[in-house]
Parts: sequence; structure tokens; C-alpha cells
Amino acid sequence: MLALSIRNLTKTYANGNQALKGIDFSVDAGDFYALLGPNGAGKTTAIGIMSSLVNKTSGQVEIFGHNIDSELEAAKSCIGLVPQEINLNLWESVHNVVLNQSGYYGLGRRLARVRAEKYLRVMRLWDRRADQARSLSGGMKRRLMIARALVHEPKLLFLDEPTAGVDIEIRRSMWDFLREINAAGTTIILTTHYLEEAESLCRHVAIIDAGLIIEDAKMSTVLRKLQREVFVLSLAEPLSKAPKIDGFETTLREDCELEVAKGPAHTLNDLFAQLDKSNIKVVSLRNKSNRLEELFMRLVETTKKGVDESSAS
Amino acid sequence: MNIKLNIVALQTIVRKEVVRVLRIWVQTIVPPAITMSLYFIIFGNLIGRRIGTMDGFDYMQYIAPGLIMMSVITTSYGNVVSSFFGAKFSRHIEEMLISPMSNATIIIGHVAGGVLRGMLVGLLVTIIALFFTKLEVSHPIITISIVLLSSIVFALAGFINAVFATKFDDIAIVPTFVLTPLTYLGGVFYSISMLPEFWQKVSLANPILYMVNAFRFGILGKSDIDIGIAYVILLGFVAILFAASYQLMHRGVGIRE
Repeated sequence: MLALSIRNLTKTYANGNQALKGIDFSVDAGDFYALLGPNGAGKTTAIGIMSSLVNKTSGQVEIFGHNIDSELEAAKSCIGLVPQEINLNLWESVHNVVLNQSGYYGLGRRLARVRAEKYLRVMRLWDRRADQARSLSGGMKRRLMIARALVHEPKLLFLDEPTAGVDIEIRRSMWDFLREINAAGTTIILTTHYLEEAESLCRHVAIIDAGLIIEDAKMSTVLRKLQREVFVLSLAEPLSKAPKIDGFETTLREDCELEVAKGPAHTLNDLFAQLDKSNIKVVSLRNKSNRLEELFMRLVETTKKGVDESSAS
Repeated sequence: MNIKLNIVALQTIVRKEVVRVLRIWVQTIVPPAITMSLYFIIFGNLIGRRIGTMDGFDYMQYIAPGLIMMSVITTSYGNVVSSFFGAKFSRHIEEMLISPMSNATIIIGHVAGGVLRGMLVGLLVTIIALFFTKLEVSHPIITISIVLLSSIVFALAGFINAVFATKFDDIAIVPTFVLTPLTYLGGVFYSISMLPEFWQKVSLANPILYMVNAFRFGILGKSDIDIGIAYVILLGFVAILFAASYQLMHRGVGIRE
């Protein structure tokens, strides 16, 4: 079953800005889906339309089979939203923020209290429940928005840059929690600028740029498109110059740190076999940059070049 | 429409509004009580003694219903306009907009909040009035129904103001330039029979005149206008303003991009 189906969705703002130029994509129920793109690409507009905060110009949106034009109430019941911008009632207590949201979704007070405690504990905010939301740190406010979005246990959760400003420890624990609720059946659509986050969590990725979808496939398929990967090797002993290795480009960054670029025709086994022959011992190895980040930059650059060329001609 | 969901959502908005009013009671309850006390002391007690009677009542007794109504009107309007615009400004209105509750529930919830605060302030002003004069309610049902309908009308007007407002200045324009003049010219402090004939006719175009006089009729049993017309006007305004609010919400004016 499809959790989300979008067909030819367009949005032109009153100032003439065409934020979406006819996008199509669908998300399977239970998927963990990344919607990536540079700033101003149209991600937040798309999420705004799906969550009914932005009026679409044209196109169709269905959430679990409910068309937002004809079955808006049923469609809205299925979704939870963690927006990019802090949109809390800052004068309300942490507890009331979550309880009120429960009420807006029709949850009785008793059930709302149980759920509020559950999700505030998960987000490590239970001890702060009596405090006003304005007294929380930026990261805590984001966690409160996540607790608020989950309290009615939506089938489809939109996370628009949910971990911005959240420290690493809590971000990792949030990842674990998101994996957990996804495994339990919640479909998640994530936008993030931390591509490591998208690569680690998501099984499917769509890249949106200048109002158009430029890539939409399984994460593994997308990553396979990466033709060139760069690794950084820590060496056991220093080198005076970069060794020549057939089929690989090498650069000596520091005397004990070697950068190696690998094409699709060669494997890491080839690399290590040649390093062994040259008696170079490798202590550790890491990607120079996140693989998805590299691919993302390449796709966005290609689109930008295409737009520049067509506008020049 | 899921009725149970909307009832729970409505209760939630009303509870939230009541909590807000009580949390900032120094801003929401105390100022109208102080303002009205000053009106009673200055206009009713000091100046009123020299005026004598109006329409057969002590001046203090005559202005008391109008002052109670004035506090209800301004408070109901002010509560909704500030609460709803505040929610728009800090964007927590999105909590409601993404939820499955109906637009009517959002409107009714906020109007109910405004009416509750209006009634609370009205009750407080009535208690203050009793320190200065004697009030015996001649027609309880008319008194209660008129004050409730007037409160609903101005709570709805406050809602529409908040929908269109884009900055805090916008929520002060209507109360300053429309509401206050109409209230003062609405027969709170005088009987329109004192005016020249032309100005009496002009005054009849002021809807607040009907609210003040109908409320005064409920308490004192005396009015400048026909009570039936007051009900028609009030019910008409409720229907028109609710329909306008609903349309604005439905189209997303001022709240959806």
C-alpha cells in the first residue's frame, strides 16, 4: 500500500516564485524515505502541501489513499509533522503542549496523559514537563516538537530537519528511536542537511532541486551510481611520497595519511593487495566524505549546469 | 465529520484559552475592572451626582448596564484577536491547522474563549457596579441572551481581525478607531432621546446602540430601541460573521500560503 502518492504537484507563490514545477513521487507504507535538496529546492513547500499548511496550485496528493481535496480530515488523521521552524506555544508548559496536540486529534484526556508521558520520557523531557516551552534549549524544543508529532501515533511522519541543533549523543538516540518506530510500522519522510543521517536511516531517497525531482530510487541503487569514491588511509609508518598504485589515484596528505581515489572497475581488495606488495601497512580507513553527500553534490551541480546552459542559449 | 473528535478538540481549545486567561490574569482580568471602577467613580459618582436622573434612573444606575456591556464587548474582541493573532505570529496555529479538527471547531473554540473571558470580566464589573448602585434584573433571560449574543458577535469580529492581521499594529486599529468610538456613541452614557432628531437617526445605524439598550432593558426595563430589532441585528451579525470566518479559514486567508 502507498503511504503517499504525489502526482504533478505544482506550487506558485503569490510573488511568482514557482517553488514546485510538477513533482511526482510515491512512498510505500512502512518506508523510511529521504527527501533531500539544497536550500530553497522546494522540500518544505512539498511537506507544507502534504500537511495542508500550504495551498497547492495544482496536482494530486493522496495519503494512505485519502485525497487531500476530497478527504482532508481522514488524510490529516494519518500524519504527524515536525516542522523545520520552531512553532511551539512558548508560554505553554511542556506537558500542555503535548496534551493539547492530543486533544486536537480527539484523544481523551486519560489516554493523552499516558501518551504524553510515554513520548516525553522517550524524548528525555519528562523531568521538564512543568516548565514553559520557552525555557528549553534549542535541541530540547526540537525534541518537544517530535514528542508532539508522535502523541497521536501517526501512520505517516514528516520530519523536516528534525535534528538541527541537537547534540550528537541525543541525535544518535533519536536515530535509534526513529528506526524503532519505523520498524513498528510508521512510515517516515525525512528531510535533512545531515546526509550521513539520511544514508544511515533511509531506504529510499528522492533529491529535489529547483522544484523538480532529479533522483528518486532506493538508497542502495542511488549509492551505486557513485562512480568514484575517495578513502583516507592511516598508515603505520610515514611515507616520503605518495606510492604509485595501478588503477588508483593517490595523494599523500600527511606523512602517515594517504588519500586514495577508487573507480568502479577496482575493488578495495585490489588496493590492499598492491599496498601489501609495497609493504605499506594500513592502520585504519575511512571515507573522505559521506558517499551520499558526494553524489548529492554531483547531481545538484549537474542540474545547475543544465539550467545555466539552457538559460544561456 | 468525526463529531467525537471535534468535541474533544473543542474542549481542548477552550481549556487552553481559559488557562491562558488565568495565567495572565493581571493583563486579562484586572485592567477592565480598574477602568470600569474609574468610570463608576468619575462619571457615575462625581459627575453623575450633578447630572441627576436619566430616563427616570440615577445616572449611576443608568450607565451601569452600558459599562458592563462595554467591558464585555471590548474583552471578548480583545481576547480572540490577541490569542488567535498570537498563535499565527508564533506559528503554533499550525498545531491546529494540521490536525483533523474542522475549521468550525477552531472558530467556535476561540469564540468560546473570548465569550468566557467576556463573561468573567462582565461579572466582575457587575460586582464592582453593585458597590456604587443598586441593580435589579428586570428580564433575566433577555439580559443573559443579549450579553451572550453581543459577546459572540465581537468575539467573531476579533477572529476576523486576527485572520487579516499581519503585525501587532493591525490588531489595535479596529479597537481604537472603530470599536471605542462606536461604544461611546452607542448610548452607554446617554439616552439618544437627548440628541437632535437627525443624530438620533444616525445613532440607529450603530449596532452597539442596540446591544447596550437591549441589555439596559434587561436590567432596568427601559430602552431607547425595540428589543425585537436588537435580537434580529445580533442574530444577523452572528450568522454573517460566522459565515465570513468560516470562508476565510476554508480559503486559508492569512493562515495558509
